[in-house]
Amino acid sequence: MLTFAKAKLAVLGIVRRCVALRALNGAQAVRRGFASTERDEKSSTSENELFDIIISGGGMVGTAMACSLGLDPNLAGKKILLLEAGHKKEMDKVPETYSTRVSSISPGSAALLSGLGAWDHIVNMRCKPYNKIQVWDACSDALITFDKENLQDKMAYIVENDVIVAALTKQLQTLSDHVEVQYRTKVVKYTWPHPYHVSESIPWVQVTLANGKTLHTKLLIGADGPNSMVRREAGIPTVKWNYNQSAVVAVLHLSELSDTESSLVWSTSHQHAEELLQLDEESFVDAINSAFWSNENHSELVETAGSLFRTALSVLMPDSGSARQLPPSVAGIGPKSRVVFPLGMGHATEYIRHRVAIIGDAAHRVHPLAGQGANLGFGDVAYLTKVLSQAAFNGKDLGKSMQHLLEFETERQRHNLPMMAAVDLMKRLYSTNAAPLVLLRTFGLQATNALPPFKEQIMAYASK
Amino acid sequence: MYSKKLARLAFGVLAESTFKCPLTRSVSSRVNAARSLCSWTLCLHHRQKNQLSEGFSRRLTRLNVRTVSQTTVDPAEVRKFQAMASKWWDLQGDFAALHSMNDLRVPFIRDNLLNMHGIQQLGKPLAGLRILDVGCGGGVLSEPLGRLGTDVLGIDPVEDSVRTAELHSSYDPDLRERVRYQACTLEELAEEEAEGFHAVVASEVVEHLADLDAFASCCQQVLKPGGSLFITTINKTNLSYVFGIVAAEQLLRIVPSGTHDWEKFISPEDLERLLESFGFYVEAIRGMMYNPLTGAWSWQQNTAINYALHAIKCKEEPQPGQVWAESENLDKPGRATNYS
Repeated sequence: MLTFAKAKLAVLGIVRRCVALRALNGAQAVRRGFASTERDEKSSTSENELFDIIISGGGMVGTAMACSLGLDPNLAGKKILLLEAGHKKEMDKVPETYSTRVSSISPGSAALLSGLGAWDHIVNMRCKPYNKIQVWDACSDALITFDKENLQDKMAYIVENDVIVAALTKQLQTLSDHVEVQYRTKVVKYTWPHPYHVSESIPWVQVTLANGKTLHTKLLIGADGPNSMVRREAGIPTVKWNYNQSAVVAVLHLSELSDTESSLVWSTSHQHAEELLQLDEESFVDAINSAFWSNENHSELVETAGSLFRTALSVLMPDSGSARQLPPSVAGIGPKSRVVFPLGMGHATEYIRHRVAIIGDAAHRVHPLAGQGANLGFGDVAYLTKVLSQAAFNGKDLGKSMQHLLEFETERQRHNLPMMAAVDLMKRLYSTNAAPLVLLRTFGLQATNALPPFKEQIMAYASK
Repeated sequence: MYSKKLARLAFGVLAESTFKCPLTRSVSSRVNAARSLCSWTLCLHHRQKNQLSEGFSRRLTRLNVRTVSQTTVDPAEVRKFQAMASKWWDLQGDFAALHSMNDLRVPFIRDNLLNMHGIQQLGKPLAGLRILDVGCGGGVLSEPLGRLGTDVLGIDPVEDSVRTAELHSSYDPDLRERVRYQACTLEELAEEEAEGFHAVVASEVVEHLADLDAFASCCQQVLKPGGSLFITTINKTNLSYVFGIVAAEQLLRIVPSGTHDWEKFISPEDLERLLESFGFYVEAIRGMMYNPLTGAWSWQQNTAINYALHAIKCKEEPQPGQVWAESENLDKPGRATNYS
């Protein structure tokens, strides 16, 4: 059965809000296999092997974390290492073709990136700010619009993931005296220390690499994506489920985004996603257009109820609702730009253990419909840096004192969980054609659209 | 952690061992052995319960664990203390309150030293300063100070504690270079290291000493002029008896019993007077409070139970019985005090 979850929410094209899961990045990073031989671990730690912080995973969030720690004045003099299984992502010149994987960067994340000095690089490469979000429902005429009052302020930015990573990598190079980076380095094993002091045992986390070397660290930060090895090996229980959906990602040609191109994320069933992938380009374009414009899911009942409700609302609040924009029409797609990846939700019940912390998709994985995945990760980066900076200024052992790590976990879980619950709820609500739920969401959408203060609250929360 | 504390409260499980350690200072005549006294913190020095005459009170005795074990130390106490020596670094154990006190004392020491010396280096704000940690125990306070860049010398008469401290800091190459430990007493050190330290820290120590005059005199000897003395201790009030001894030891069992003698507590005013007579200027006194439910310390106005004190060694040495002016560094009006 076709599900038009993505079409219903229609956050693409004119909406300018396309999100790709960084799951793909992380999954690829972990999936490289090497044979490894382990050397015997030395019982004494030599100075050049002991790091203060090791960050495992050099995606957007891992690299941002490395930059953030490297720039912090209280952490000057600490030995920091970033391990990344892939190669170094540099971008002297932005390629002509657009990358299919993009993220929506909220103002809060943009502030963090600007503090790291990477935002300037991003702006010079390629990014697209947008001012307005419009969400259509496929089963009725209800829609909701988010925009800033005067359409002058930017609501958020669409940036390609590759551009973000390249900008952060460039910034990281300027910090090479503080932060060391090892590319093409895969970790095969983690060994955890005892939480209490046991004599004759090594009190640090031991990271065994594919080339046989063992590194020691006082704090391990896991930023290795939704299939995080750090999280798995630490035995952190995770609440997760797979949506029976895959996302089809493509680059579209409209007359919008950068004047020619736009980004598509179409969440639909696995079977449909596979079919879409197999279609030739013309048929694919037709499929997209019909998804936007078709009325086949509209029912009489819902349409009547919806228009009645809208009339009622316009009586109560005559100023509500802004200009209604029609869904876009797709002219063509970028060549060879279609990719499919599965969607799921995951949340680690703990973000920390003794000498370990996990951030980004390793800790929380969301459906891309609200474009929050990257932003939650950047929020983790900002807060963890703050907590570690304060701990270092108090002379604490960065990994041992659970007190400051717990503070990070509590604060971020308080922020992340409501967001993830809301996204999951939205996903479930919009995955159905059943009349009662359609009515519910029709009314809900129209009512929310009529209440500017409520919409502002939503936007403020999502912008953090 | 909470359930553990409630269990203690409800069932009164008590850690029997006490932290009496061999101590050498001469004793005042008013020893009260009858009261079972306990306190918030763990002691390293403990005065003898024997009654000695007042003639001993001014003599400075050299303490060496080896000689003490032959003369003044109760072997049972030493054994108990040796058993405890490995527990210094168990963050959920008996020393938990001392570990969480670092949240107050490290910023207190750090900020006052930064005020005087300025930030030396990013990431190591106190680099280049030498600090003496008197009664360091397992190194609970010495290590954070070492991480802030200072050169720390921790001294303690109990050799097992010193060994525990050395072992714990030996794993971390940063600390290995900067934090050293020595099993000796303050008097022994004072003879070798005159005017060698920028700061002396005596945290939860003075309530276990019998001869505070000797202590103050030694501190004065080892500090550079203008150097800082940081003391945290317990006030001598009814409130401190109720909360610091009855509640902490008998009811909540947060610290083992028999650690402290209420008679040895000293009020901030008395301590201030004593330090001033030895050429210190007391710059700050702040009250501290422990919340047994959260296990956290906080600052408070009231110094009725625990307090922290910061004193600075005056640059000119006062003669006893004379009036002196304050050191030129400090903008405070001069005070005149006569001592007989």
